[in-house]
Amino acid sequence: MRAKFQEYLPTVLVAVGFIALWEFLVTAFNIQQFILPRPSRIGGELATEFNAWLAGNGSILFESGAATFYEAIGGFVLGCGSGILVALITARWTVVSQALMPFAIAANSVPIIAFAPIMNNWFGLTNPASKMAIVAIIVFFPTMINTVRGLTLVDPRQLELMRSYAAVPFKVLWSVRIPNAVPYIFSALRVASPLSMIGAVVAEFFGGPRATLGVFITQEAAGFNFARAWAAIVVASAIGIAFYAAIILAERVLVPWSRRE
Amino acid sequence: MTPPTPPTVIRASGINKVFTVRNADPVTALTGVDLDIHAGEFISLIGPSGCGKSTLLRLIADLETPTSGSMTVNGKPPAQARLDRDYGMVFQAATLYDWRSVSQNVQLPLEIMGVARGEREQRAQAMLELVELGKFGKHYPWQLSGGMQQRVAIARALAFQPKLLLMDEPFGALDEFTRERMNLELLRIWQATQTTVVFVTHSIAEAVFLSSRVVVMSPRPGRITSVMDIDLPYPRNFETRELPRFFELVTEVRELLRDAHGFDE
Repeated sequence: MRAKFQEYLPTVLVAVGFIALWEFLVTAFNIQQFILPRPSRIGGELATEFNAWLAGNGSILFESGAATFYEAIGGFVLGCGSGILVALITARWTVVSQALMPFAIAANSVPIIAFAPIMNNWFGLTNPASKMAIVAIIVFFPTMINTVRGLTLVDPRQLELMRSYAAVPFKVLWSVRIPNAVPYIFSALRVASPLSMIGAVVAEFFGGPRATLGVFITQEAAGFNFARAWAAIVVASAIGIAFYAAIILAERVLVPWSRRE
Repeated sequence: MTPPTPPTVIRASGINKVFTVRNADPVTALTGVDLDIHAGEFISLIGPSGCGKSTLLRLIADLETPTSGSMTVNGKPPAQARLDRDYGMVFQAATLYDWRSVSQNVQLPLEIMGVARGEREQRAQAMLELVELGKFGKHYPWQLSGGMQQRVAIARALAFQPKLLLMDEPFGALDEFTRERMNLELLRIWQATQTTVVFVTHSIAEAVFLSSRVVVMSPRPGRITSVMDIDLPYPRNFETRELPRFFELVTEVRELLRDAHGFDE
């Protein structure tokens, strides 16, 4: 444990130093709160919300965080799930996946977020499905592309060995291609987890229910309550980081073989 | 009285193999290859890079098909022999599946053949003990050294008790000491299991030490230039390498390779 603590110490010091420097500079140069609030003020807003939540009065900020996370994770499951599924189906027929890949790669560079108003129109402004749809489309392509790579970039000798055992194609898929793809899928999920939070928050900038982070941030900023807007950004970041960490943890547990040095 | 000739396991006659390469001239990997291999033999295919020794092995394994000529394995076309799981294959790289434990790797061919779990585990354990890795079944490939990984690959190839073992430079990536130990182990396994072994190598000493016959090949185009009986007595051990006859044979093979290669020294 001691070694672990010393490993993390520099990171913790940098974080503490950064916040302290921020606090100091804002005070020293007398920067206006609407340009950059002091960390202590942002922390104060968070504490107020937390106390209200503890007292059972509810906290619109935390409710917003939960609502946005719900949209993000819904879109994540939908988009990554269908990305993996489509990859599995197309990898079975190499011709199909080769025909689809250029489109997937092209679609991956389209700014999907531009479709947010369209999705609001399709699914309804306050319906979480409109945000989930955006998130799902954003995470679909990287997941599908990486999964196809994992299913096809197999050591040719591993395939020849299966051929020498006269293994049926399904067995090759199940015992070689899919396990080979798992680390590729996880690297896609690692990218997709923060992307899904970004997608949800930005989609909410185009409108949504009051209790969502994107709407919360735009409204508080419009009302010059910048410390509250910043507090919402902190909540969004915390959720994004926790989500990412959960994926890493899942990978450690499920893919022990990628732990080699 | 001479003992009866053991049955023929592999018969190659008039084998040609031409690889067509896009945007380049076709490459003749093998031309006019005739070779009979009998049950229980230990055959080494030796020659410089490009002599087609690996290609010949891959033709036997039905990982390639000959351009012309005929090949039978156990009296069948190689494709049928492959479907009947008549042979076990070992590559230069251990080619273990990272996501499977050592025991699960050895069990893989048995799994494909539908052997029940209990028997599978038992046989994998027996094979691992044969290669002296009995205690490593639960380890993962990346936790083992290169030599140990290669032994797992051999255990896996032997797991379903094929009567024919095809080995493509299996010890090529190992250091000299490990390699010599592996040679001894392989001979021990060969004699214990009574398999036929076809062994590709570019080490003359290794070929002479292991084989009952050495097939000398030469490149451009790949062909068999001579076949030599190795009359060193079995069982062979560390001392075999110090016998005068061993050195004579090594020299003979070296000269055959040199003649075939057409070097003027």
